[in-house]
Amino acid sequence: MWCLITAESAMFLIFVVAYIFYLGKSLNGPTPKEILNLPIFDTVCLLSSSITVRLSVNGLLKHSQMAFIGWLTATVLLGITFLLGTGKEWNDLIFKHNFTIHTNLFGTTFYSLVGLHATHVAIGLLMLSVVLMLGLFGKVDQDQTRRFHSLSMYWHFVDGVWVVVFIVVYVIGR
Amino acid sequence: MADSIHLSGIIDLTPEDKHPRLWLEVMHEWIVTTDHKKIGLMYIAASMMFLVIGGIEVLLMRIQLAVPESTFLAPEQYNQLFTLHGTTMIFFVAMTIEFGFANYMVPLMIGARDMAFPRLNAFSFWIYLFGASLLYYSILGGKGVYGGSGIPDVGWFAYAPLTEKAFSAGNGSDYWALAIFISGIGSIGTALNIIVTTICMRCKGMKLSRMPLFAWLMLVTSVMVVAAIPPLSAAQIMLLIDRYLGGHFFDAQAGGSAVIWAHFFWIFGHPEVYILVMPAFGFMNEIVPVFSRKVIFGYPAMVAASVGIAFISFTVWAHHMFTVGMEPVANTVFVISTMTIAIPTGIKIFNWLATIWGGKIRFTVPMLFCIAFLFQFTLAGLTGIMLGVAPFDWQLHNSAFVVAHFHYVIVGGILFALFGAFYYWFPKMTGRMMSRTLGKWHFWLFVLGFHLTFDFMHIPGLLGMPREVYTYEPGHHWEIWNMIVTIGAFVQAVAIIIFVYNLVRSQFTGKLAGNDPWDAWTLEWATTSPPPNYNFASEPMVRSRRPLWDLKHPEDPDWKYEFDAENEMATK
Repeated sequence: MWCLITAESAMFLIFVVAYIFYLGKSLNGPTPKEILNLPIFDTVCLLSSSITVRLSVNGLLKHSQMAFIGWLTATVLLGITFLLGTGKEWNDLIFKHNFTIHTNLFGTTFYSLVGLHATHVAIGLLMLSVVLMLGLFGKVDQDQTRRFHSLSMYWHFVDGVWVVVFIVVYVIGR
Repeated sequence: MADSIHLSGIIDLTPEDKHPRLWLEVMHEWIVTTDHKKIGLMYIAASMMFLVIGGIEVLLMRIQLAVPESTFLAPEQYNQLFTLHGTTMIFFVAMTIEFGFANYMVPLMIGARDMAFPRLNAFSFWIYLFGASLLYYSILGGKGVYGGSGIPDVGWFAYAPLTEKAFSAGNGSDYWALAIFISGIGSIGTALNIIVTTICMRCKGMKLSRMPLFAWLMLVTSVMVVAAIPPLSAAQIMLLIDRYLGGHFFDAQAGGSAVIWAHFFWIFGHPEVYILVMPAFGFMNEIVPVFSRKVIFGYPAMVAASVGIAFISFTVWAHHMFTVGMEPVANTVFVISTMTIAIPTGIKIFNWLATIWGGKIRFTVPMLFCIAFLFQFTLAGLTGIMLGVAPFDWQLHNSAFVVAHFHYVIVGGILFALFGAFYYWFPKMTGRMMSRTLGKWHFWLFVLGFHLTFDFMHIPGLLGMPREVYTYEPGHHWEIWNMIVTIGAFVQAVAIIIFVYNLVRSQFTGKLAGNDPWDAWTLEWATTSPPPNYNFASEPMVRSRRPLWDLKHPEDPDWKYEFDAENEMATK
């Protein structure tokens, strides 16, 4: 999993570099300051989902199916909320502000970077949901702890990337 | 006795089941296999096929360039050929043939049963094959007949903005981007496998400081792959976003940078060429000591130098971009980093020389190829240093001199080491020796052809001939050199035909090899040839870097001379 995280980090780094390089270079169109709002609620959701997934792993370690399933459900729900929040943000940007990937350099780099992250969140959610389903059918026991822990590391990575994206796009960029 | 190595019992003599099998059974076994040895062989076989295809592409180009103003090929066809040639040779031949050898040898060398993730291994192979097929599907599919070019014609580095929709209307750039993106997933998978296998699955007693240098070099290469391929994937995603979603990453008219693709590509591209050469260093590290009958000189320095090269290789990328107009300070930084990378590389060359010095040299075919590597790779490195001096590069960027330099490394260095590896490990993989006579014919013809082509290619470069041009006017004094280069290419082709014939024929008529035909020292030579499915019947236990030497020479074992804490305790 560490290898995968290294590889994905290298890829995200290039998109972040492109984003930073193109800050202020758009020839036209809205600037970050004008149309971006801080996604505080989404961020809180995603970051707490890291905590809940950790609690879920602990639950599995301690033989507590209830804790495992319960916290995993919370993780999935928080992740879905994050994605819905991003979807709402994009809906506003596209239809209210006419701001698309095509609009200007900011648009291209913003949607690419945030979109790439959202894709990784979606994939992570898919995997977590699969584990949740398997857990509900009673197929996940202590022997699977290492695998679930690997998946939780992926989820922490996705959260880590969001911290970087948040700082670069919403804090520095504006 | 306390110093005995537990290699007895690792060879299981139970006879294999030899009932006649249907073709379909055999094919099925190969398609679903997760055995690292079979997957390694499939990588090698597929890479050899693409080597031949890439070779045909280059022969066509050389025919076109042999005389000025030739009309053998149309300009568009020439562009497609050099794009396919470069892309195929780098991504679908060199990287994958080295992964093939790594797949086969690394688990055996470290006394493991298989790779850490056998199914990921199989997946990585098949997705490489799919990606490579996708590139060649562009010949049939795409808008090749009706619209813009279906076959990519943008060079193996596919610079944007040329690859933007506005300038490359057909699907060529898409095939290029997707084919490499998809096989890149396979490369990362294999690299991941090698890293985990070498770190977690070494046999008892094999600390990292006792691991064979080929395994070390594959570990370093794999770390580089994990770090260097994703930037290329990122750039390709950006390109596809530009082409299909209206993005502006490389769109100068929207304020985008025309140079940023070059930066992202070469951030991948430079480490990539070191990814190509490190396994070749690994082959040298295994073959040269065995045929000098001496331990490799300076094992720790070799490891440190390899790691050093890996790190520095990520800092030199813009030496491919000296002519794009960066600030002088930026140019200078990259000149200095390029010079720096020569230091660990030079250490390796000196260590190989020191290994051979004073040894009892056996001029077997693998050793011939390795000695040629030493001369040729050194020369290639020197022309690289020349190009690393920015003002010199300003004269020679994009000339035939650059083409000569990098082919000197890839063909004169990497391919020679690969040939050495073929002759060295063929007996282990098939149980038979390759023909020594044909091997020598192959070697000398290839040396002749290689030098005819690539020595003389430097000259038109110095005289001003650009690269990637489909023809040239007479009167520049380039004609005679181009003709010699073309003749050399055909000589090399003959040598390769001899090699392939040797490769195929020896499987049926080669001398039986036995377990250890070369009197070598690493664990793979302790198994039968070919090894059984499970490699080792029980886990080996090693006490030094040369476990088979210890077995064969119990009166003079290596662990008495290798100084580490564990051996110190034992000898007291």
